[in-house]
Amino acid sequence: MQISMTVNGKDITEEAEPRVLLVHFIRDVLRLTGSHRGCDTSNCGTCVVLMDGQSVKSCTVLAAMADGHSITTVEGLASGATLDPVQQGFMEEHGLQCGFCTPGMMLTARALLDNNPHPDEGEIREAISGQMCRCTGYATIVRSVQWAAQHPATQEETAGEEVTA
Amino acid sequence: MQIPAPFDYVRASTVDNAFALLERHGPESRVVAGGHSLLPMMKLRLARPECLVDINDVFELDFVLRDGDTLRIGAMTRHSTLLESAEIARLFPIVGDAERVIADPTVRNRGTIGGSLCQADPAKDLSTVCKVLGAQAVVRGPAGERLLSMSEFHRGPYETAVAHNELLCEVRIPIRARSGSAYEKVERRVGDWAVVAAGASVTLAADGTIDDVRIGLTAVGIVGTATEAEAVLRGRHPGEDLFVEAGRLAALASDPVADQRGPVDYKRHLADELTRRVLRRATARATETQEG
Ligand SMILES: Cc1cc2nc3c(=O)[nH]c(=O)nc-3n(C[C@H](O)[C@H](O)[C@H](O)COP(=O)(O)OP(=O)(O)OC[C@H]3O[C@@H](n4cnc5c(N)ncnc54)[C@H](O)[C@@H]3O)c2cc1C
Ligand code: FES
Ligand code: FES
Repeated sequence: MQISMTVNGKDITEEAEPRVLLVHFIRDVLRLTGSHRGCDTSNCGTCVVLMDGQSVKSCTVLAAMADGHSITTVEGLASGATLDPVQQGFMEEHGLQCGFCTPGMMLTARALLDNNPHPDEGEIREAISGQMCRCTGYATIVRSVQWAAQHPATQEETAGEEVTA
Repeated sequence: MQIPAPFDYVRASTVDNAFALLERHGPESRVVAGGHSLLPMMKLRLARPECLVDINDVFELDFVLRDGDTLRIGAMTRHSTLLESAEIARLFPIVGDAERVIADPTVRNRGTIGGSLCQADPAKDLSTVCKVLGAQAVVRGPAGERLLSMSEFHRGPYETAVAHNELLCEVRIPIRARSGSAYEKVERRVGDWAVVAAGASVTLAADGTIDDVRIGLTAVGIVGTATEAEAVLRGRHPGEDLFVEAGRLAALASDPVADQRGPVDYKRHLADELTRRVLRRATARATETQEG
């Protein structure tokens, strides 16, 4: 069947069988290999992408179900050479070691900060609770998200929201 | 990574359209909602539908609205919406208690109340919640609408009263004055299924005695509610001694099986302890609420 969606701001249309999972569609058809696969049980969260701005496990969504929707993968986080504050935070605070969980972690963090620019530690831990990291022990991931939350770009966004609200 | 066996895929736009598609694609077609129970089963080839009818665009099933003394929740309402609803939190705090420990926030963005109830897994938290709240299931098909109690709806593990060409459309929960509810679950790690969980709903009479009470347990093999435990509470003044007795009876009535989540003794102990805790909390909440 024909599947169309917006991926990182670009409209795409590709052929795929209905049984193709969104994670396979993204990796094997679109060749965006930043979204990983780590389990068969929807537990690990390394496949997380944003669908219409919300985090979803792309191994548990059919590509066909994402037809007509807007997808953001880790490749879509930076704008040109400017990293997303979340990406910068992971660099500054050593939020990754092997990097396997990192795309999913960063996308969940982006969705969290879009909804709640001032999360406390508990809220950050809750947001990433469906994702596993085998390297960092999570502490540096939490600090990375806190770093991004304090970034001027994140703060400006909220200031803007408060004015329009 | 495992991949589902081949199938056809169609999208329904309305409830009536879904009936037509299920009819057209025959008995091996199946509805998919959030897909977070069905797709994992298809990947493991435990389910092999020939056609999926996607109901994610059936927006008429995505609502939470108050209708007099009833709260109506559409079948396509996501876990995350249930958790965020201020009205649900106020009227039925048990829902928030349970939702906070169902899977993880990312799974909760997709999974639905309808899918949870239709999956009819004995470890499903929302099945216990709906039972405890005396909810009714609205099941619709080409022939019309049926209103079922939770015990009529759930026929057994993984089995419901919903026929192939029908949909669970909504859940209706009665709103009652001087009522409180609570849920508590013990899990091995965040997002896991319950080792054991308990839920209770308590309605107090004007004189402070227990007018009505329901106790439900997750994953310990109790069909329906813990009726013996409920019986000792009705008509009495709530208090610690009574909760201890109710916990004992609930544990006695439970019939858990030993598995990787724990041995029978441990699960019975949890049934006892968790029953007491939710009774305490539900009663305290009922005392605080005046309004229905
Ligand atoms: C990692 C993980 C952890 C989880 N942990 C928990 C947990 O701790 N507690 C818990 O309770 N659940 C848990 N779940 C299950 C989660 O709550 C699911 O989202 C939910 O059970 C199913 O909802 P769904 O919308 O995804 O259903 P689907 O998978 O789409 O459907 C499930 C079944 O119901 C049928 N169906 C769906 N909607 C309808 C309808 N309206 N009418 C008729 N039939 C319908 C489908 O045909 C299918 O047979 C977990 C899931 C995952 C992936
Ligand atoms: S691959 Fe593990 S949750 Fe998706
Ligand atoms: S950095 Fe290695 S799994 Fe998270």
